[in-house]
Amino acid sequence: MEIGVLIYLTSGLFLGWSLGANDAANVFGTAVGTRMIKFTTAALICTIFVILGAVISGAGAAHTLSKLGDVNALGGAFVAAFSAAAVVAWLTVLGLPVSTTQAIVGAIIGWNFFTGMATDFTVFKTIIGTWFISPVLTAFFSYFMYKGVMWFLNRQRLHIVRLDAMTRLALLIAGVLGSYSLGANNIANVMGVFIGANPFKDFSFGGLFVFTGLQQLFFVGGIAISVGIYTYGKKVMMTVGDSIAPLTPVGAFVVVIATSLVLFLFASEDLEFFLASLGLPTIPLVPVSSSQAVVGGVIGIAWIKNRRNIKWGVTGRIVVAWIQTPIVSALFSFVMLFIMQNLFGQSVFEKVEFQVSKPVLERHAKKLDVKSLESLVGKTYTTSGSLKAEVDRLLPVAEYKAVLTFVQEARMERLTVDPARFPELGKSGLLSQPQIDSVKALAGKTFDYRWQLVDALTTGSESWRMKEATVLNKPYNKEVKQRLDIVMDLYTAKMK
Amino acid sequence: MGNKSLSLFGNIRSLENKISEFLDQLSESNIMFRAGVTAFLEGGGASSDAFKKKLELVSAMESRADVLRREIEAEMFEEALIPDFRADILSLLENLDEITNHLEGTLINFSIENPEFLKDLHADILKLLENVANCVEALVVSTRAFFRDVGSVRDNSHKVMLYEKEADKVVLPLKSRVFTSDLGLDRKAQLRNFIDSIDRIADMAEDVVDMLAIVTIRRAA
Repeated sequence: MEIGVLIYLTSGLFLGWSLGANDAANVFGTAVGTRMIKFTTAALICTIFVILGAVISGAGAAHTLSKLGDVNALGGAFVAAFSAAAVVAWLTVLGLPVSTTQAIVGAIIGWNFFTGMATDFTVFKTIIGTWFISPVLTAFFSYFMYKGVMWFLNRQRLHIVRLDAMTRLALLIAGVLGSYSLGANNIANVMGVFIGANPFKDFSFGGLFVFTGLQQLFFVGGIAISVGIYTYGKKVMMTVGDSIAPLTPVGAFVVVIATSLVLFLFASEDLEFFLASLGLPTIPLVPVSSSQAVVGGVIGIAWIKNRRNIKWGVTGRIVVAWIQTPIVSALFSFVMLFIMQNLFGQSVFEKVEFQVSKPVLERHAKKLDVKSLESLVGKTYTTSGSLKAEVDRLLPVAEYKAVLTFVQEARMERLTVDPARFPELGKSGLLSQPQIDSVKALAGKTFDYRWQLVDALTTGSESWRMKEATVLNKPYNKEVKQRLDIVMDLYTAKMK
Repeated sequence: MGNKSLSLFGNIRSLENKISEFLDQLSESNIMFRAGVTAFLEGGGASSDAFKKKLELVSAMESRADVLRREIEAEMFEEALIPDFRADILSLLENLDEITNHLEGTLINFSIENPEFLKDLHADILKLLENVANCVEALVVSTRAFFRDVGSVRDNSHKVMLYEKEADKVVLPLKSRVFTSDLGLDRKAQLRNFIDSIDRIADMAEDVVDMLAIVTIRRAA
C-alpha cells in the first residue's frame, strides 16, 4: 500500500466527514429538530445505513460516476476534494445546509481554471436552476401534503400518544431509507476518484463471500461520513429542524416525505422509464438537491402554520451559503492548487494533448463548419482551454455544446488494446461474452482518440451499439455506457 | 425490531389507558363529592355513613389519580414522548390533579369541622353543587377531546365557563344570606369558607379550561 495514496485518501475522508456533518440533516434534521428522535439515535441509525448503502449499493453501479472525473492527477483530485470538503465544513460549522455536489462541481471548475481546461459553463445554469427549483417544488409539495395529512388525521381521531408514536416510527423508517440512499448516492462523490488508485485488495471470508477492494474503499468512506454525522451533524440538523421555523412532528415527517417525493418525481430515471413503458407522459427531469429541497419543505409547512414564524434572516443566510458554495469552492481550489504545485512541488494535473486531425473534423462535420477549422489540423494544444479559444475565434457563432464536445474529442490518448489485460475484462461480471470477444478482436491495435476505440467496438459487435436516444432506451444505453467505461478504465492511463 | 415495535405500541395503549383512567378518577370523584356533600346536608352531617363512604371513595380516587399522574409523567419524560406538547400536557394533568385534591380536601374539612348549614340554605348549596359538578364534568369531556379529537374541545369548553358563571350567580346571594342571618360571626365565617371552597372548584376548572383553549389552538394550528 503506497503511503502517497493513503495521504491523498485523507482528503476523500475529509470530504466524507463534511458530507456526513452537513447532509445527515436532509434525512434526520426535522426529526431531531422537533425532538422526536434523539440525536444519538438518529446518528446511530444514520451511521449503520449510510455504511450499508455505501457498501451494498454504492459499489455496484457507481464504478465511474466520480464527480471529479475530469481531474486527471491524484494531487489535483486531493486538492479538489479537500477544497470542496473545506467549504462544506466551514458552512457546517456555521450550521448552514448546503449541497456537497455543488461544492465539488465548484472545486472542479477551480481545477479547470488553474489547468487551463475548458469549462462547460452550462453547469452554472443547472446549479442556479437547482437553487430555485428544489426549494420551490418541495415547498409546494409539503404545503399541500401537510394540508392533506392534517385533514386525514383530524378524521382519524387518533389519541395524541398514538399519533406521536406513529409519527416517530414513520420518521425512523424514512430516516433509515434516507440514510441508505445518502450512502449509496454520495459515496461515489467522496471516494470515486480514488477507485483508480484503490489501495485495498479483495478479501474473502472463508470462501463464503468476498469483501471486494472497492467495497472496502467505500466502507472506509462510509465510516468517514458516519464520523461526520456523530461529531458535527447536530448543528445543521437543528438549523433545518428548528431554526428556520418551528415544526410539528407531523410537519417534520411531511418535510422528509415531500423531499423524497420531489427527488423521486423530478430526478428519477427509473420513474421516467416506468411511465414511458406504460405509454404515459413522463415528468420532465430537473436538477434537484436534497439539501436545498428540505429547506423549501420546512418553509412550505411554516407557511400554513404561521408564516410570521419563518425566520427570513436564517433563510437568507442559507441562500447566501448556497451561492457561496460553488464560488468559494472554485476560488479555494484554485488557490490551493497553486500552493500545492508551487510550494509543495506536487503534480496537480497530467499533461494532455489535444490535436485536431482529419478524422476529428469529419466526425463533427454535421454540427460545426469544419472547413473553417482546417487550419488547426496538425497543431498540438496542451489544454482544452487553448484549443477552445482557437475554435471560438474561428467559429464565433458555433453552438456552445458542439464546440465543447469537439474539443473533448480532440484529446489524444493513444490507447493500445493490450492483450495482457484481457483476463481483467471478465472480472466485473458485467460484460457479455460477445462484448469481451469484440474487445479481444482489437488486440494490439492502437487508437489516437478514445472515440475511435468506441467506434471500433460498436462496428465490431452489435452488443456495443447504443439504441436511439428515447426514454425507453435510456436504461439500455446507460448500461452499454457503463460497460464501455469499464473497458476504457482498463486501457486509459491510471491517475498518478 | 419486531418485538420492540410491538412493545412500543403496547406501551402506547397502556399510556392511553392511564390518561383515560386519570380523567375517570376526576370525573368520578366529582360525582362522589357532590353525593358526599348532599349526604352531609341531608343525612346528618359528618357522622353519617353515607358521607363517610363518599369521603373514603374520593380519598381512594385522589390517591389513585396521584399514582397515575406520576406514572404518566415518568413515562412521558423517560420515553421523551410528545415533545411539542409534553410540558403542556403535564401541566394540564397537574392542574386537573389539583382539582381532585381540592375535592378531597373540602370533604375532609366537612368531616373535621362538621359545619352546621341552616336548613333554608340547603337548596342554594345543592344548586351550587350542581353547577360545580357540571362545570368539572364539562372540563373532563373537553380534556378527553383534546387528547383524541381536538376539533371538538370547544364544544364543551364553553360549557365550563357557563357553569362557572352560574355558580358565581348562586354564591353571591348565598353568602349575603349567611351574613344577614342571626348566626355568630365565627359560624358565618366558617360557612363562607365552605361556600368559597366549593365555588373554588369551578374557578379551578375555569382556569384549566383557559389553559386548554390555548394549547388547543396550538395543536389545531
